[in-house]
Parts: sequence; structure tokens; C-alpha cells
Amino acid sequence: MDLDYSQFLSMSHEVSLVVVLIFLLLADLIIKNKKVFQYLAIAVFALHTVAGFCYYTGMAGDAFAGMYVSGAAQSFVKNILNVGTLLVFFFSFEWNNNENKNGVGEFFFLTLSTLIGMYFMVSAGDFLFFYIGLETASIPMAALVAMNKKGTEGAEAAAKYILTASFSSGVMLFGISLIYGACGSLYFDEVQAAFTDITPLHIFALVCFIAGVGFKISLVPFHFWTADTYQGAPTGVTAYLSVISKGAAVFAFMCILYKAFVNEPDVWQGILWWLIVITITIGNLFALRQKNLKRFLAFSSISQAGYIMLGVYASSQTGMSSTIYYILIYMFTNLAAFGIISAIENKTGKVGMDDYNGLYTTNPKLAFAMTLAMFSLGGIPPFAGFFSKFFIFASVAESKVFGDYLLVFLALLNTIISLYYYLLVVKAMFINKSESPIETIKIDVMSRVALLVCVIAILVIGFISSIYMNIYDISFGFAN
Amino acid sequence: MNILSAFVVVLLVMLVVVFMIPGEKKNAIRWTMAAGSFVLLGMAIYLVKDFLDWKSLNPTEQFYNAGLDPITWYEGVINIKFAVGVDGVSVAMIMLSAIVVITGVFASFAVEDKAKEYFLWFIMLSIGVFGFFISVDLFTMFLFYEVALIPMYLLIGVWGSGNKEYSAMKLTLMLMGGSAFLMVGIFGIYYFSAEDGGALTFNIEEIAANAAMPVEWQRIFFPLTFVGFGVLGAMFPFHTWSPDGHASAPTAVSMLHAGVLMKLGGYGCFRVAMTLMPEACKEQAWIFIVLTGISVVYGAFSACVQNDLKYINAYSSVSHCGLVLFALLMMNQTAMTGAILQMLSHGLMTALFFALIGMIYGQTHTRDIRYLGGLMQVMPFLCVCYVIAGMASLGLPGLSGFVAEMTIFVGSFAHEDLFHRVIVIAGCTSIVITAVYILRVVGKILFGPLYKIEKVDGKFNYLSEHNGEVHHYPLRDAIWYEKIATVGLIVSIAIIGLYPIWISDMISESLEAVAAMLN
Repeated sequence: MDLDYSQFLSMSHEVSLVVVLIFLLLADLIIKNKKVFQYLAIAVFALHTVAGFCYYTGMAGDAFAGMYVSGAAQSFVKNILNVGTLLVFFFSFEWNNNENKNGVGEFFFLTLSTLIGMYFMVSAGDFLFFYIGLETASIPMAALVAMNKKGTEGAEAAAKYILTASFSSGVMLFGISLIYGACGSLYFDEVQAAFTDITPLHIFALVCFIAGVGFKISLVPFHFWTADTYQGAPTGVTAYLSVISKGAAVFAFMCILYKAFVNEPDVWQGILWWLIVITITIGNLFALRQKNLKRFLAFSSISQAGYIMLGVYASSQTGMSSTIYYILIYMFTNLAAFGIISAIENKTGKVGMDDYNGLYTTNPKLAFAMTLAMFSLGGIPPFAGFFSKFFIFASVAESKVFGDYLLVFLALLNTIISLYYYLLVVKAMFINKSESPIETIKIDVMSRVALLVCVIAILVIGFISSIYMNIYDISFGFAN
Repeated sequence: MNILSAFVVVLLVMLVVVFMIPGEKKNAIRWTMAAGSFVLLGMAIYLVKDFLDWKSLNPTEQFYNAGLDPITWYEGVINIKFAVGVDGVSVAMIMLSAIVVITGVFASFAVEDKAKEYFLWFIMLSIGVFGFFISVDLFTMFLFYEVALIPMYLLIGVWGSGNKEYSAMKLTLMLMGGSAFLMVGIFGIYYFSAEDGGALTFNIEEIAANAAMPVEWQRIFFPLTFVGFGVLGAMFPFHTWSPDGHASAPTAVSMLHAGVLMKLGGYGCFRVAMTLMPEACKEQAWIFIVLTGISVVYGAFSACVQNDLKYINAYSSVSHCGLVLFALLMMNQTAMTGAILQMLSHGLMTALFFALIGMIYGQTHTRDIRYLGGLMQVMPFLCVCYVIAGMASLGLPGLSGFVAEMTIFVGSFAHEDLFHRVIVIAGCTSIVITAVYILRVVGKILFGPLYKIEKVDGKFNYLSEHNGEVHHYPLRDAIWYEKIATVGLIVSIAIIGLYPIWISDMISESLEAVAAMLN
């Protein structure tokens, strides 16, 4: 396969993002007024996001001799990532104007650099390409995490992140080299053909690979960096890390499992079965006792990662579509929660759950939005989270195998635990009395717009059935 | 518009209207609620007539969809339709819900604190209840079921009394735990709803017609589904949320919860678990008969030793709702008809009880029967109503409780084997125990001498000691909106008690097919 320029057409998303990146780099040099720069950056990225939906049709194809693959599903996931990143930019507006005055250009550049890494991960057709994408996504992320320069927390968070990230990359690279040793290729479709007649080498390679990715998705027992990093990072970055980064990693992981390891599903399904149960349970149990809302959402996002993996476990077209759907809804829901936390933190500096006591009396709208987000995370109808949970469980149950029903049952029992701690937040806002509740605050227009988008999404996505049905149409099944 | 979906539409309109009204205009909100619930009641009455007309024309068909064919919602990846349909059982339940909702609204007129939010959650709860009863599609049914559960958390947590935070959390988690069981069952039912290669469906009618689930899978999914709904039906040992939850809930929420929401459990057990998985039901019925039998007797005994009026009534609900499941599991037409009648009867009288207890508590600020006495002299109207409710509860002929329990025990006794005979006789003892706790309350707090009540210038005050200080709470009899609520319920109880035949015929006809299948 020769590389000709037409192949770049299938890389429209990446090319467009690189243009945005270079443009912003130059603009940062020229524009001295940071507020103007921020408006410009958001506008340009919004343009890129809108354009992303236009590439959506018919831009399938591959490039770099099959290392890069793009299709409808990849394109859709990139659009989801774009929308999420845009929302994060909206929520970070106030923080960029105040605390991060000197690092606005860096913030946008680093965020978009990680985003392009995620694009590569999502579109990988080869292990090496996947690895490059992963590293491109990880290294700028460590710098982003450290952007909170007040105090030592930011530095601690970044150090934890970069150390675990490089260690997990090492483990994964080891796994990839073993895969190459066992299969003689790094292309997914060639690995697929060679990954039969399982030997211990195959299994060890697979385990190393899963462990490496497990760090990125923060599956238990590879989750130890999560809480500290989430707590120390700026809230906007935490939101980005918990939603966009996780979503991209899950999707890429799913594509690899469905493409490269399709012939021996039992091996990795067995591993995933246990990983999911442990992840959901441990994430939930740790979340129970958290008092800092960012830590709380960190553990909640660990257990949510377990739920997302259910769709990967299902290993079918339904599984893939329900995973993408779950990522989509989880993005809006979690961003709403982080947006509120970020808004309140920017105004008052408070992030403790006790600080939220009596929030309803002073900030009814914020409390209402937060309640929606919590209910949606807990999977309460008629909010979007219910639909995504229902469909992802349904995709596992589709197989009609007893072990799968057991998995669904255990995951469902865990939703009760998670409901308990989500209700604790609701309880703090509506029921608990407080001597000094958070005063009535007026959040900036950008955050308000983004919050409105999230709330509307939470309320209506489930009812618009065509979204899920379209995702199903573009998803590819197990044996592709 | 279609009469069935109109119930949900009317409630949604109420939701929007109440949301628009500013929170300070409490009377406007109250009257919007009253007007809306009058419309619901009118629609429920019309629905009964409409359904009976249709049934006389189509005696062989089960579900009446009022001309609304299923609307496709999701298809391809998962087949979900918005499908409505009612049979005699659901019509009876809708009627019950409409009555309890309207009386609940009047009983809530006294709510002053955050009245707007209160009524908004109240409407959410009602949407769940009505939506559940009109659905024949398992997905929408489950969706409405959970919609009905979650408002309870805030309704109890914010507007409740006593140990409300604990109770609210316990109730919510236990009921949602039940729905976790249920969800697995629903997945099982869906994926086994057609033979391999057939179109899967959530539609109850089609699933029952296909009857494609193998028995060995039924053995797994039947108990999950039954327990899932059974938690809401307060089946032993999953009943413990009920006393705490009811005791802490505000008046109208207790009414709606005990009166209607617990019926969702019984209705679901019958409509989903038993109808769709009959073979496993026949095999495992004995386990659940024992458990519900324990509910019946244990609930009644527990009620005897409680001192809090709401706890007494909550345990009595455990006992009476246990009887509903107990009778359903007898699996013959008479007993099942009795079970549905018991749902109606219990819904009405327990709503009446909770309304009265709320009205008494609102004045005395205590529900402890040790500190109450001689209320008959002070508030005769409320007390007479209380006696009537008590008589209905212990099964006095002429009131609804007698009709229901009589039918249940006659039907249950038709089983001739030893196991059923013994357990039915054990269940019958609950009638006697019910009399004990009802008469204990009636004798102690209604009749008896005045206790802690002083009469000053012809007016009564309740003396409450709190931290060494004596508070004087003025006492009065019922006022107009309280009278509307109580009289409405008493009239309904009397109608069922005096002329049960029309309603029991309607229910019985709809149960014929199911009973035949289960036998």
C-alpha cells in the first residue's frame, strides 16, 4: 500500500486538529490579551467540532499502510471526544481567566495534544500506532495535571500520574513485544490470524497488554493513581481525565480486543469478568467514605469504568454500541457534575461534601443540576444514565449464558451501593441543614451554557431512540 | 386522545403547570393539584365504563388498549415499544390510584414548607404509578416503576418526621435493591421471549403467547423477579423498609406509598413473574407461600406490640400485603380475585388510616398511644372515621375488608392437600390478631379517659412535656379539606363492601385465563 495524499482525506479529523493546534500556537504568541485568546481558541475548536460532524459521512479508509484505520464508528467516537473537550473548555473558562492566567496557551495546547493522541489510539490499526497514540495522550496529560501551581498537590498528582503512566506503558510495551514474538506481526488483522493455539506465551502477552491498558482506564487493581491525581489536578483537567481520556482508552481497547484477539475470546473474557467485578466493587466501597467531592468522583469514575467494561466484555455488536452509548451519556453526566464542582470551587474554594450542606436553599438551580447528574450516574430513570445502564446490562445478558447473568447480577447489586453514595450528595444538598451554606453564587456565562447543554442531554438523550439505533448501525461486531 | 396514555399526559401537564407557578403562591399550586387529580378521577371512572363496554363486546380478549397500537421506540438492537393496555385488574388499580391521589392531595393541603417542590415530587410519584399500571411493555413498566420509587427518597427525607434520613435511605436502597433483582429477571424474560431466531419482545402479551422460556431458565428468573417485586410488596424477610419508611413519611406520602405503591409489588408479581413463568411458579410457589404466610402472621403480631400509631399501621400493612401475595400464590381464580380485592381494600383503608393518623399527629405532635387517650370527646369526626377504618381492617361485613378476606380464604381453602390447609389456617389467625391490635388502639386512644388533655373554656389543649417544659397544643376536629379526604375514602370502602359484585366480576373475568394456565 503506497501512501498517497488521498489517504489524508480519511484522516480529516487529525488534519483538522493539527491545523487548530498550530494556529493556536501561533495565536498564543501574537495575542497578548488572554481573554481574547481564550475566546478565539474556543471558537476555533468549536469550528473543528462542527466540522467533525461533516466528515462523518463516508470518510472511511486507512492510511500509513493500514496502521491508521478510520470508519464510521471511529469518526463518531472522535466527535464525542470533541464535544466533551469543548464542554471542558467552557467549564474551564473562569479558571483560565483567574488562576491560570499565565498558562492559558499551554492549557489549550496541551489539552489538544492529548486529544490528537487519543484520535490515534481510536483509529489504530496496529499495536505500535496504538502505543504512539497512547504516549501522545499521556505525556502532555502529566503537564496538564501539574498546572495547579498553588501548593504541592498539583506536583504530587502529576508525579503520581507520570510514574504510573510510564510504568504501565513499560508493562504494555512488554506485552506488545511478546505479542510480536508470538504472532510475528503487530497489525491487528495479522495478529488475529496468528492468535490461535493458545500457549502460555500468548496468555502472558495478553495479560501484560490488558494490565497496561488497565492503568489508563483505571481498572482495579491498577487504579492507585486515580484518586490522588484527580484530587490534585485542576478540576477542568480532572473532568477531562475522567471522561475524555477514559472514553478514548476504552474504545481503543475494545477495538483491539474485537479485532486482534477475536479468535480466543474466552481467554480475555475470563480476565475481564474478574476485573469488572473487582473494579466495580472496590470503586464503590472506596467511594462510600470520601468527603472530598473530587476524590469521591474519582472512585465513582473507577466503578463507572467497570460498568463501561461490561459492554466490552459482551463482545458483540450490541456490546460495542452500548459501550459507545454509555461513554456518550457518561460524558454529559460526569461533566455536569464536574462543571458544578468546578464552578463552586472557583467562587468559594470549597470541595468538601459537608460544604454542600443546604446548597438547595442558596443555589437551587445548581443543586437541581447536581441532583440530575447524581441520579443519572446512579442509573435512575427517566434520566439518560438509566438507559445507558440498561442497554449495557442488556448487551451482556444477550449471550444467554449463566455466568453472564451472574455478572449482570453482581453489577446490579453494586448499583445499590453506588446509589447510596450518590444519594449522600443529594442528601447533603436537600436535607442536611447548615450554619453557613455556600452563599448564592453567580456562575459565568460559559459554564452556564455548558451546564445547560449537559442538563438537556441528561434529560432527553434516552428518549431519542435514534441516537442509540444509529450507534448500533455504525458499530462493528465481534468478528470484523 | 387515548384515554390510557392521557393519565400520564395529564400528570405531565400538571408537572409543567406547577413548575411554572412561583413557589409563594401555595394556594394556586394546591388548587392546580386538586383540579388535576379531579380530572384523573373523572378519567378513571370513565375508563371503568369504557373498559366494561369493550369487555362485553370482546369477552375473549385480555388487554384493552383503547385504540392505541404499540408505538415503536427502539428497534433493531433492542425492541422497545410504548404499548399500553389494561385488563380488569389494572383498571381496578388505576381506579384505586386515582382515589388515593385525590385524597392524598387534599391531605397534603396542610404542607407549608417548600410546598411547590413537595407537589412536584408528588406528581413524579403519581406518574410512575399510573404509567406502571397502563403499561404492557416490560421496559416502560420497569421505567415507570423506578420513576415511582425515587421521589420517595426526597419526599421522606425532606418532609418526613422522626428518624427520617435513616428511613428514607433504607427504603430507597431496599426498594432499588429489589429492582436490581428485577432487572436481571427482565433481561432473562426478554432474551427468552421468543424461540431462537424469533423477534424478541418486551410485550407481556406476546411473551405469554410465545411461552418460549425453558423451564430450567424459569427456575432462575422466576425467584429473581418475584423477590424483586416482592420487596415492594413487603414480603418477609424483605419487609423491614416498610415500618420505618411509613412511620417517617409525611401523611400523603404514606397514603400513596402504602395505598398504591405497595400494590405495584403485588401487581408485578402477578403480571410479570407468575404469568410469564408459570412452570417455575408452580414448582416454587410453596417457598413463597411460606414466606408470605410468615408476613401475614408476623406482621399482625408485630402490630400488636407497637406503640407508635404509624408503626402499628405499617406492620398491619405488612400483614395485609402479605395476604395479597399469599392469595396470588394459591393460583386459583377465587383466591386471586380475592387478592386483587384485598389490594383495593387495603389500599383504601390504609390510606384512610394514614390520613387520620397524620391529622391527629398534626395536632398532638405525638403518635405514641401511651400518651393519648379520650380523643373521641375532642375530635369526634376523625375518631368515628378511625373506627370505621379499623372495622374495615378487621373485616367487618359491609366494608371492603370482609369481601376481600372472605374471598381469599374461601379460595385458598379449595386446595385439599395438607400443606395448603395448614398454612391457610395459620393465615386465618391473622384475622383474630388484627382485631386485637385494632381494638387495642381504638379502646386506648379513642375511648378511655382524657389523658394529657385539658379543657379550657370549652376548648381542648394537648399538654406535651419536652425537656421539662410543658407545651400546649390546641386541638380541633377535622377541617373541610380533611373531611373531603376521609369521606372520599370511606365512601369508596363502603361501596366495595356493600356492592362488590361488579368489581369482583370485572377482576375475575380478567383472571380467568391466567388462573387456567397456572392450574
